[in-house]
Amino acid sequence: MTGEITPVLSVKDVVKTFPAVRALDGVTLDIRRGEVHALLGENGAGKSTLMKILAGMFTPDSGSITLDGREVAPKSPLEAKALGIVLIHQELSLVEELTVAENVFLGALPRRSFGFVDWNALHRQTAEILRRLNCDFAPTSIVGDLSIARKQMVEIARALTVDAKVVIFDEPTASLTDQEKLVLFDIIADLKAAGVGIVYISHRMEEIFRISDRITVLRDGAYRGTLDTAATSEAEVTRLMIGRSLDYSRNTETVAAGAIVLETRGLSCGDLFQDVSFSVRAGEVVGFSGLIGAGRSELAETLFGLRRPTAGAILIDGAEVSVETPTNAIRHGISLVPESRKEQGLVLGMNCRDNITLPQIDALRRGPFLSPAAELDIYDSYQKRLSIRSPGWRQLVRNLSGGNQQKIVIGKWLAMKPRLLIVDEPTRGIDVGSKAEIHNLIRELARGGYAVIVISSEMPEILHVSDRIVTMYHGRVMREFTAAEANEDSLVQAISGLN
Amino acid sequence: MDKAATDGWSVRQILAQQGILIAFVLAMLVFGLFSDRFLAFDNIMAVLRQTGIVGVMAIGVTIVVIGGNLDLSVGSMLSMATVLVVDLHDRIGPGPAILIMFCAVLAAGAINGVLVGYLRLNSLIVTLGMLSALQGITLIYTDGKNVDIANQSDTWFAIFGRGDIAGIPTPIVMFFGVAVLGHVLLTRMPFGRKVYATGGNPRTAVYSGIRRGRIVFLTYLISAFTVGCSALILGSRVMGSQNNVGQGYELLVLSAVILGGTSLLGGSGNILKTVIGVLILGFIQNGLLLLGFPYYAQWLVTWVVIILTVWLDVASKRHSLWSPIA
Repeated sequence: MTGEITPVLSVKDVVKTFPAVRALDGVTLDIRRGEVHALLGENGAGKSTLMKILAGMFTPDSGSITLDGREVAPKSPLEAKALGIVLIHQELSLVEELTVAENVFLGALPRRSFGFVDWNALHRQTAEILRRLNCDFAPTSIVGDLSIARKQMVEIARALTVDAKVVIFDEPTASLTDQEKLVLFDIIADLKAAGVGIVYISHRMEEIFRISDRITVLRDGAYRGTLDTAATSEAEVTRLMIGRSLDYSRNTETVAAGAIVLETRGLSCGDLFQDVSFSVRAGEVVGFSGLIGAGRSELAETLFGLRRPTAGAILIDGAEVSVETPTNAIRHGISLVPESRKEQGLVLGMNCRDNITLPQIDALRRGPFLSPAAELDIYDSYQKRLSIRSPGWRQLVRNLSGGNQQKIVIGKWLAMKPRLLIVDEPTRGIDVGSKAEIHNLIRELARGGYAVIVISSEMPEILHVSDRIVTMYHGRVMREFTAAEANEDSLVQAISGLN
Repeated sequence: MDKAATDGWSVRQILAQQGILIAFVLAMLVFGLFSDRFLAFDNIMAVLRQTGIVGVMAIGVTIVVIGGNLDLSVGSMLSMATVLVVDLHDRIGPGPAILIMFCAVLAAGAINGVLVGYLRLNSLIVTLGMLSALQGITLIYTDGKNVDIANQSDTWFAIFGRGDIAGIPTPIVMFFGVAVLGHVLLTRMPFGRKVYATGGNPRTAVYSGIRRGRIVFLTYLISAFTVGCSALILGSRVMGSQNNVGQGYELLVLSAVILGGTSLLGGSGNILKTVIGVLILGFIQNGLLLLGFPYYAQWLVTWVVIILTVWLDVASKRHSLWSPIA
């Protein structure tokens, strides 16, 4: 192929700085015609920033972007699109109230005279694109009524309205079913055959190895190297990404579990979950496995006093207690690291220290006034213990990477010195490096005598950290496994309700 | 253009962060240049004395806004409080009058607090409703008449609006006193931290064991308390009261808070900047009068100043004066 000589898009020495953070530090990349170029890196490595620069949403501080041998500097998404660079967002950017056709051609609706929209042309052209994508919905459907996967397809349909030279897919399969993934891969193959350069961002190794031709790795905003997919391995890529490989081995530690810390008997909460009975001992990690909607998070929220149980009992140290408010739960030594760190775990506009000390702020006083020394002590010790990477305690948590944000939430609740720590999806959306650190921390906590409940949708994670695994299906406990007897197959069976 | 934009960022950053201070200094200089009376000590004291009424309330409203809500009821709450304290002054004496006035504003604040804090109704609707309800109550109470104090020369009630403490006019002492109290409350006490957390992310606050309803309730009590203080100044200065004397104050107060850079989304802002916001409004008002502009021109100028401030604030968050994406 002659494409190797003239890349369709090349990025040279791009630097982008945000206040307090150097997001991109001289990144270089070239995309060839008709190749799928995977872009990999941990969260905070700079992938999204780079893509937003290409799509005209940010302006680089320095460096150049060359498209078809011509230097370009798109200043808005519309301009980038006109140049032929199309970004398909990770977070969907559709207008829910409008129809599929209106969304697909948003900003470039076909017009008749006097500026009126040419509806016939709009629907005809959209229908054509949808046919190419094998979509089963009409141009006139309202986007808000579609499933997430279908919305994703609408987003992709948008890319096909222009004569794209480069199409960037940012985590496109995050919400697709296996079936829909196949359709997506077909589309990518079509684009590729048509000579379009494709940038493919994903955390999922198996996809990357399946469809990409080359892989570029970023770490901490810097370029780490480009590999030929055919000539490399998952291990090599991971090493480039985090500097070492990730351990997902099964937990084989045998713990000397102590006394029962928490027990529930026939706990129910309306139609969210029913008749849940289980127990957690000091020094053991109990994993909760189940599909979304199985009632695991709701159970955790009930244990933490955010929901009122409608039946059953909660026992702490063998004595029945009523946990009606979070304040109450905290007093009983229960901490909850909630499922969504941005919506439930953090105040994004607050600094690191204030987020960590928030639940115990009433206790950190000298007389009626806050004690900055006591607050800093807590921040310093958990910053060290969890190796939170932040320029200082004054940094707003908004500016931290996902992994470090998660560590702040965990630190916030560890600082309460709980006896029972519940962690809901502890590693969702964070990078592999932080993931491993959090897994180690959970094991370490158990060794230190904490009772820990881990809720996770990732099976390898559950198998990796748990001593015992409770499976839930439609609000009911299905089976309990010990670490030794559980495997992915038996777990999948249990959480799908096939006992 | 684009290059200049990136190079100029640091200047713009300073402008955006300290814009309010710079605007303040500029306004003072301009008015000072064109009017020799403007920077005179007497004039400055007169302005400070006048701004006390708006200033004290702005402190309370700043706390409500940081907690993530609005309080538009302060205008007619001020009418009610002033009418009450002036009318009761001659009937039951200044001490009991003040006590009853504070009970009345705290009751109104408590109703706001219960509706917004515990029942979690929209604060705009609740306090807008309260604005109209309190004006109604005040008009019924006065039967549409204005009230005044008969013997204005020898009542100790004069101290709040006309007197001074250690040589400094009382309104100024009260303004800065309340500001210091508010600042300490917000930055040095657990309550303040909870207000910021509640305004910044109410769900996280609840998940952190903070009783959101109670925090919001208390912010409305504080706001009502500051209205009571302002009513003391206003009633004592005029020694009488029209039954709609507080009309329009809610916008002045909110303007000062916004000028100070407190985000209406909650979770950020501070008292010191609100104080500067109050002073800017006060000096603009005074300066325009001294320059011979018609009285109502200040309303227009205030609007321009607010728009500029908000624009700078938003621009600093977007890292650009104009940006295609939010």
